[in-house]
Amino acid sequence: MPAPAPGRTVLDPRDIGRALTRISHEILERNKGADGLILLGLHTRGVPLARRIAEGIAAVEGTPVAVGELDVTMYRDDLRSQPTRRAHKTQLPASGIDGKVVVLVDDVLFSGRTIRAALDALSDLGRPAAVRLAVLVDRGHRELPIRADHVGKNLPSARSERVSVRLAETDGVDEVTIA
Amino acid sequence: MKHLLSIDDLSVDQIGAIFETAAEMHDVQTRDVKKLPALRGRTVVNMFFEDSTRTRSSFEIAGKWLSADVINVSAKGSSASKGESLRDTVLTVCAMGVDGLVIRHPASGAAHQVSQWVDAAVVNAGDGMHEHPTQALLDAYTLQRHLGSLAGRHVAIVGDLTHSRVFRSNVLCLTKLGARVTVVAPPTLMPSGIDPWSRDVGFETSYDLDAVLPEADAVMMLRVQRERMSGAFFPTAREYTVGYGLTRNRLALIGPDVPICHPGPMNRGLEIAADAADAAQSVVLEQVSSGLAVRMSVLYHLLAGEEA
Repeated sequence: MPAPAPGRTVLDPRDIGRALTRISHEILERNKGADGLILLGLHTRGVPLARRIAEGIAAVEGTPVAVGELDVTMYRDDLRSQPTRRAHKTQLPASGIDGKVVVLVDDVLFSGRTIRAALDALSDLGRPAAVRLAVLVDRGHRELPIRADHVGKNLPSARSERVSVRLAETDGVDEVTIA
Repeated sequence: MKHLLSIDDLSVDQIGAIFETAAEMHDVQTRDVKKLPALRGRTVVNMFFEDSTRTRSSFEIAGKWLSADVINVSAKGSSASKGESLRDTVLTVCAMGVDGLVIRHPASGAAHQVSQWVDAAVVNAGDGMHEHPTQALLDAYTLQRHLGSLAGRHVAIVGDLTHSRVFRSNVLCLTKLGARVTVVAPPTLMPSGIDPWSRDVGFETSYDLDAVLPEADAVMMLRVQRERMSGAFFPTAREYTVGYGLTRNRLALIGPDVPICHPGPMNRGLEIAADAADAAQSVVLEQVSSGLAVRMSVLYHLLAGEEA
């Protein structure tokens, strides 16, 4: 059993499950079905979240939805101010992203800079018909004009607070804490 | 990691990190837009004091695909040909605000010496008969893609060892990654003092190519570097080929899945027969595309982070 994260738990496993189920339904409703839909999880924790949302959509629609992984390391604007970051894998569905509705999936939306980098990365990979954003937690403090289309939980936070998302796939437990 | 001067500078973890990033860089080669913004605003100078096609182009494309500004300086056509010293040439170029310096020079130790003079990150792209670390990294990376982990795999390195910086960097890199290495050369092209070095590093030597080939999991042929030979190291080209060339007959001694490497340029018909160079198991061209990915990764690791 992993050690508990410091701070107050704001989402437990059931809350996370409900939030992801609701996001799955919202995506389907907005897209009017699963046609032409691609879920792209942002490394690291966006990837398992995208897979879970895809499972949720498949359970409703009865057909699988394409899932990919997007790494934005090379597109970050803070590369020079941090030690060298390791790149992760970018893996797109075989169909590519041209003309598709791409839903970017991430765990926490904060400054918006990761999503800015993701949009730049996407434009190098193809031309989607539309790009939408789904996040488990929106904690505010945006530094760029970016807004999520689907939010699991809005979590007002002080800039100094730390929001931690832990997922069973990467951390052995599902929870969101704030400290 | 400030510079890349020798494979000895790298830990196994650092090599792993370079390979991991290289794998991602490899995917960029298949995209329509072959460009990443990671080194935007950085300037890289390729200073080549020796002729080169693939290494210089590879570094140039690697830098450009990472969005760095890249310029090339060669000895011919630069002030070096007017008698300017290496130190003055390098300092002049670096005074223009250069972040990375990729240097090839005929003198062993030149890259190390340059790294003492400048603030820029220095990459050794071949210094005399000393080292060529990015070639060794790309060779190991290519072999890993074919063989999986190199631990315990047997790699034969064959040819003109005396004049080969590729061989020196490769034994360091491959043994560091756990491979068993046997180097094969005629006695005249076996470097003097190799015995104590082979004991220190942990590789084997042989004069008998036919005995080594059947046991090899990979075969790395080296170019006969006639331009570095001041005397006669073998009586005739024909004799060299008979003893140490990867001929059509010898191709039959190695398994069909054993990768054949050559750092290029190849002397077809001398150290490698066309049948071997063009065989399905030849990875010579794959080495070139791997080289691009590995050099992108090296430039990224040296220049993208705050320590650069």
